[in-house]
Amino acid sequence: MVNSTALNAFHRRLGARMVDFGGWDMPMNYGSQIEEHHAVRRAAGMFDVSHMSVIDLTGSQVRAFLQRLMANDVDKLKAAGKAQYTCMLNADGGIIDDLIVYFLGEERYRLVGNAGTRAKDLAWINEQAKGFAVSVVEHSDLAMIAIQGPEARARVGAIVSPEAAAKAKALKRFSAVSHDGLFIARTGYTGEDGYEITLPATDAEAFWQALLDAGVQPCGLAARDTLRLEAGMNLYGQDMDETTTPLTTSLAWTVSMAPERDFIGRDRLLAQQAQGVAEQLVGLVLEGKGIMRHGQSVIAGDGEGLVTSGTFSPTLERTIALARIPAGDIETVQVDIRGRQVPARVVAPPFVRNGEPQHGL
Amino acid sequence: MSEIPGDLKFLRSHEWVRIEDDGTVTVGISDHAQSQLGDLVYVELPEVGDNVEPGASCAVVESVKAASDIYSPVSGEVVAVNESLNDKPETINEDAYGEGWLFVVKPSDTGEMEDLLDPEAYGELVESGEE
Repeated sequence: MVNSTALNAFHRRLGARMVDFGGWDMPMNYGSQIEEHHAVRRAAGMFDVSHMSVIDLTGSQVRAFLQRLMANDVDKLKAAGKAQYTCMLNADGGIIDDLIVYFLGEERYRLVGNAGTRAKDLAWINEQAKGFAVSVVEHSDLAMIAIQGPEARARVGAIVSPEAAAKAKALKRFSAVSHDGLFIARTGYTGEDGYEITLPATDAEAFWQALLDAGVQPCGLAARDTLRLEAGMNLYGQDMDETTTPLTTSLAWTVSMAPERDFIGRDRLLAQQAQGVAEQLVGLVLEGKGIMRHGQSVIAGDGEGLVTSGTFSPTLERTIALARIPAGDIETVQVDIRGRQVPARVVAPPFVRNGEPQHGL
Repeated sequence: MSEIPGDLKFLRSHEWVRIEDDGTVTVGISDHAQSQLGDLVYVELPEVGDNVEPGASCAVVESVKAASDIYSPVSGEVVAVNESLNDKPETINEDAYGEGWLFVVKPSDTGEMEDLLDPEAYGELVESGEE
């Protein structure tokens, strides 16, 4: 059974090529995915991300519960509306999902997680919530639209009420505010400024139309993937999964190992730290011809690794990748592209940030 | 989908083939194939003088999303390649049946081409979705 979002008919009217993504019928591209990509880097693009899961947690012990459930420290969120990127780990330190936690009030938090992990996330959270005074409610009545790009915030400001526009404009990065039934977060997955806006599913078509009228380019999953890869962001199920820990996928910065914290997976991470982390996730820029793809093998010094995500970068007009390789200072590797060994330079992601190429690319 | 020129034949793997007046065979990918692949960004062509044969990949076209092997419909020698695609692979998206041609083969056995699909049969293959 394939799920569809409130915008499914709209995507089809716009001529989108639809694909099954994690059990959801989603737009891959409307026209040229490269033009959609450039729209986000240069002006404003919008994505239907209603397939992502929204789970609200409430109750007197919700903060203690999140301290147990999440590898990041929810106590860092001091003001209502603040957001935090975090991993939810199993007992072996493996990543069940990567999520954003929003602090809504003393006893209210919102989690936004991946579409493909929706069912297992909910089962895990419900299981761990036993023994805590916490209520777990998953929403199916909401839509989510990401508007991204240097002009994204201004375009949104022009179509919402003056009050909502003022509140949205005042948002700091990684913060959210509610107004007129819109939950507006200054977050994203493209390396550009912008918002992710959650709203009632019944309002989604009118909001999408207003954004279209404001000149915002509809963008599909194909552009979303090249944008996030240029921004050096992990994709769950591809760059990381339950066999990787935050320490082997460049997400150590999202883990709080403070001594008093007792989150699920902590012991494994401590052991991994003590033994020395054997692998690292790095960025690669191809020096020769061809295109790096997920699953290609990499020769790195005396060891071997794998390309976890690879693509042609529309901004840089060359091929880039994330790859998991042995730990250590490695400057160049050889990537096996369809039987040819092609040299690639190791760089620290991101490749592109706020429209600007990094590392002199 | 754009009109398929009537003088073309097709492989089930979505290459188009045109038999020229001098007996050589020009090969490209169909408009349907380019639309499925999306924006093309890299092309690896054979070299003039290479010997090619059916069933063995002799070129690669890559879109942002995926790589696709290209097959020759006949055994023979490559006598021309469309080098302009190295700089402008998007020409295939823009004009798959014209300026987006890939290479030309001088066949050594034209009998191999009897199984090619005519435009109508290829159109049915695409519509049936059995690709």
